[in-house]
Amino acid sequence: MSDCYELRCKECGKTWGNSPRSFCEGCFSPLELSFDYSSIQKKIRREDLASRPFNMWRYSEFLPLPEKFRAPNSVGGTPLVAAQKLAAHWGVKNLYIKNDAVCFPSLSFKDRVVATALASARRFGFQTVGCSSTGNLANAVAAQAAQQGFDACVFIPADLEPAKVLNTAVYGARIVRINGNYDHVNRLCAQIADRFQWGLVNVNLRPYYSEGSKTHGFEIAEQLGWRLPDNVVVPMAGGSLIGKIAKAFRELVTLGWVEPKQVKFFGAQATGCSPISTAVKRGLNRFEPQKPNTIARSLAIGNPADGNYAAKQILESGGWAEDVSDPEIVAGIKLLAETEGIFAETAGGVTAGVTQKLIREGRIGPDETTVVSITGNGLKTTDAIAAEFPLADAIAPRLDAFEAHLDNQMATVAGVGKS
Amino acid sequence: MPVTIEIPTAFRRFTEGAPKVDCTAATIADALNTLTTRFPELSRHVRDDSGQIRQFLNVYLNEEDIRFLGGESCTLKEGDRVLLVPSIAGGCERRPHIQPDC
Repeated sequence: MSDCYELRCKECGKTWGNSPRSFCEGCFSPLELSFDYSSIQKKIRREDLASRPFNMWRYSEFLPLPEKFRAPNSVGGTPLVAAQKLAAHWGVKNLYIKNDAVCFPSLSFKDRVVATALASARRFGFQTVGCSSTGNLANAVAAQAAQQGFDACVFIPADLEPAKVLNTAVYGARIVRINGNYDHVNRLCAQIADRFQWGLVNVNLRPYYSEGSKTHGFEIAEQLGWRLPDNVVVPMAGGSLIGKIAKAFRELVTLGWVEPKQVKFFGAQATGCSPISTAVKRGLNRFEPQKPNTIARSLAIGNPADGNYAAKQILESGGWAEDVSDPEIVAGIKLLAETEGIFAETAGGVTAGVTQKLIREGRIGPDETTVVSITGNGLKTTDAIAAEFPLADAIAPRLDAFEAHLDNQMATVAGVGKS
Repeated sequence: MPVTIEIPTAFRRFTEGAPKVDCTAATIADALNTLTTRFPELSRHVRDDSGQIRQFLNVYLNEEDIRFLGGESCTLKEGDRVLLVPSIAGGCERRPHIQPDC
């Protein structure tokens, strides 16, 4: 292949070169991108990365980018936070948070997958790009389409959080609100991709889109000093991210950039939409779809496209999956903010809550190195936690009024302490 | 009951280019069996060796995934639309390996 990658059918192995398709037309099974690691090994050495800016493009040789690709933006390169206070709270050591809540331009890990998708959209000549979305993907598509001169049309459930709708509209994208849940939207987008010549990033560009998630994994390994963690806890919506982090780790081992290690993958879902975690816990070969009912709207996919693969990945790695209730999600958001100053969206509350559960269940050992993937910013889902923080009464602009206010606050705290 | 089966582009080479197939069927199972009897080449793409609907094919009755409606035994009424939509999963990865230089 002249590119270092091509589409290959997961079931029958037939190759399809490079084009905007996501399933094999021979057997209608999913396509994945298959890479020529010998070629990659000849093109790039680990030490070459040091001179590159710290963003996702530093791993370009591992991504499905066209020849002579020039990075149009800076995406990824997010902090890996050594979470010492949270670790102490949970009674563990060596806890890290991979903080894609501050991924640019649109503050979620979806910026990574959109970046690779738009690179291929440009290559394949699309002028209009779009997606089906629970919010973060729509934000990312709208932002990067604006940056790069694409028209954008995004499809969302009509009752999506207002902040997420606003965060898409501001970039000038066309927004189509659908009376239905995400699974209805997704099915419609599959039909739209079939009919129109649009680059729908998570439909007909999906194999190219999904590879961007690997950079979340590459960064983790590099930021740990070119070593792999013992455990990774990953939120699951469609189920793609967890598999691509695993792929990233495998690729680094293949190229000899990290020592081989059996990393345990743990999936995190909301109890109100837990088809994958249920499949893991019950040992099902095929997940059973669910009707979502959770405040974690970004994870509210009842029919996850990569659900079976995610469950398989988790079980084969020796990991597990858990799910948490809506109150536990809110508690998780608050815990992350109060211990580490990280304000995550509801998916982050899910991941934090599940990590806590896994530690208490003994599935994550106290001395192991664990990375928790936080995938989106809390400013996007403020409505989920607004009730936790009712506004206090205002005071007059006088010193005595403040002193009285302070005395009152101290008395309240003391009162709580006594009861 | 007279119903319509909507055929995705990828399957139309098996239905002589037809984007829709009208048939009479009492259940989803009947409708799919009518379809694959009329167009036998479609059969292996609709069902796997055990006779189940293939993992990567989603079937909808009007707007709803049939798995929420009781599956293939779901009864049909006049004018119902049965949608076939190939799934959009990203696929599982084979273990990567370095090809030896020839």
